[in-house]
Amino acid sequence: MEENIIQVENLSKSFDISSKGPGLRGTLKHFFKRETKSIEVIKNINFGIKKGEIVGFLGANGAGKTTILKILCGLIYPSQGKLSVAGNLPYKRNTNFLKNITLIMGQKQQLIWDLPPIESFYLNAAIYDIAEFEAKKRIKKLSDMLEIEKELYIPVRKLSLGQRMKSELLAALIHKPNILFLDEPTLGLDINAQRNLRKFLQIYNKETNATICLTSHYMKDITSLCKRVICIHEGCLTYDGELEKLLKKISPVKDILIICKTDKDAKELSNSGFFIKNQNQKEITITIKKDSIKSTLNKILNKFEIEDLYINEPPVDEIIGNILVKEKV
Amino acid sequence: MFNLNKNKLITLLKVQYSNMLEYRVEIALWAISGIIPFFMLNIWTNNNLNESINLSNEMLSRYFLSAFFVRQFSVVWVVFTFEEDALLGKLSPYLIQPLNPFFRYLAQHLAEQITRFPFALIIAIIFFLINPGSLWIPSLGLFLCSCLSTFFSFLIQFLIQSIIACLCFWTEKASSIERLLFIPTLFLSGLLAPVISFPEFVKSWIYITPFPYLIDFPANILSGNNTNLISGFLMQIFWILVLFPIFKRTWSLGTKKYTAMGS
Repeated sequence: MEENIIQVENLSKSFDISSKGPGLRGTLKHFFKRETKSIEVIKNINFGIKKGEIVGFLGANGAGKTTILKILCGLIYPSQGKLSVAGNLPYKRNTNFLKNITLIMGQKQQLIWDLPPIESFYLNAAIYDIAEFEAKKRIKKLSDMLEIEKELYIPVRKLSLGQRMKSELLAALIHKPNILFLDEPTLGLDINAQRNLRKFLQIYNKETNATICLTSHYMKDITSLCKRVICIHEGCLTYDGELEKLLKKISPVKDILIICKTDKDAKELSNSGFFIKNQNQKEITITIKKDSIKSTLNKILNKFEIEDLYINEPPVDEIIGNILVKEKV
Repeated sequence: MFNLNKNKLITLLKVQYSNMLEYRVEIALWAISGIIPFFMLNIWTNNNLNESINLSNEMLSRYFLSAFFVRQFSVVWVVFTFEEDALLGKLSPYLIQPLNPFFRYLAQHLAEQITRFPFALIIAIIFFLINPGSLWIPSLGLFLCSCLSTFFSFLIQFLIQSIIACLCFWTEKASSIERLLFIPTLFLSGLLAPVISFPEFVKSWIYITPFPYLIDFPANILSGNNTNLISGFLMQIFWILVLFPIFKRTWSLGTKKYTAMGS
């Protein structure tokens, strides 16, 4: 059996957070006697990730997804538990480990703001001990893949958000990391830029068999990249498994859009006891349980004059939105 | 922990120098803003204060010009940059690279010094045009010694500020601690007055602190004033050797406390 490249056992993390009451009284009290309390943001989490897997971390804001990524890449120390990433203890941050991983944060940048990205790429290449010739080759290849050849020589501050993000990605991948930690990589990007980034990550994963851990609030990122998801709710792991199974499990319903031939049929259908999700003249959307699709369709087709019909899954955003606030999935 | 080699250092310097050139106007202004020693020279000579320490007007002029130069090449601001980077989470990408982030800051400082050089030179030429009697050419040996002691002075200040910067892993506003050091640095380093002018009992304990080795010692070497080279260098090396392990320890403990806030 293939060994896990990331192994996490009983992982917990607590932060000491000080709180301050409102107004002058609160300010003075905070000044003289600061109250801090320990908040456990990650609670006894266990999971393993195999080489080449793309795993999405799902959870509401503050659930603990980013903290897990920060622990896995060695940025912060865990309070408790065992973890191993590519055979290393991440928080030791030894050189071999650091050369194996990368972290990309959608809202943070490492490129030097006033210089063209190419300068940051060469700097990163030197930091990772990549020879100049090899660095040039990698920059050429990645810039071709990301379609940013022209932007390499323009100061970062003059680039659009999408171009900047692609440059960030290139800077983060120049050392060919085997494990990618991506924290909301598509944040703020337009639809085309998001799609291009996802396409790039798919190709990168296919070509290098890199392991990718991803958090995103854009469900399209998760559904198009991740077969497996890990759901986190208030620091606890609530689901770890295939995304498809999760969707089936928590959404046992389908939406059927029915286009009736006449207004009369539409009226009768809307009064025939189905759960009507939406109605627009002759177009009616009903929601039915997955296990009753066949019988319901037979009933509708026999009873009404139908021009067309479509069977749809409810929007993933809607389903996942429900998961994020659930303690158990 | 440090992982620096020649290639990394040269690339860091090249990139940071390119970056600093983007701020050339700002650096020119910074260079001009470092002219405190010239004001002090004016105060000293107008009030004939130099007579009390047996230093001629020319020697005093040379001392303050040297102090200006030493200051130009030993200015340190790492605590402010580091604090901002740590508090806003900008430090995170640097922390997961196989190079201690302080090398980036060190390279920034060195690159800034190279950028400052022509501006400092212009100011010196203007100074000599106004005070032609102060013109002197130090011997090569003294010049090299003063360069080395200026670099050591820079290292001492860089280490002190780096230690304070690491405290922001605990206190968040570490730069306020640095401000506590501003007054002793200003008065005891020789920026406002040569340390030789201080009363004997004050001098006896000032020389065991790192402050006189920041400006006074290198400036005395460059200006050709009498100074004990061996004890000065030994004290500079002593302070570097004391401060370095403290920095290493603070860094190691501090990164364990890092919460990657703001990211």
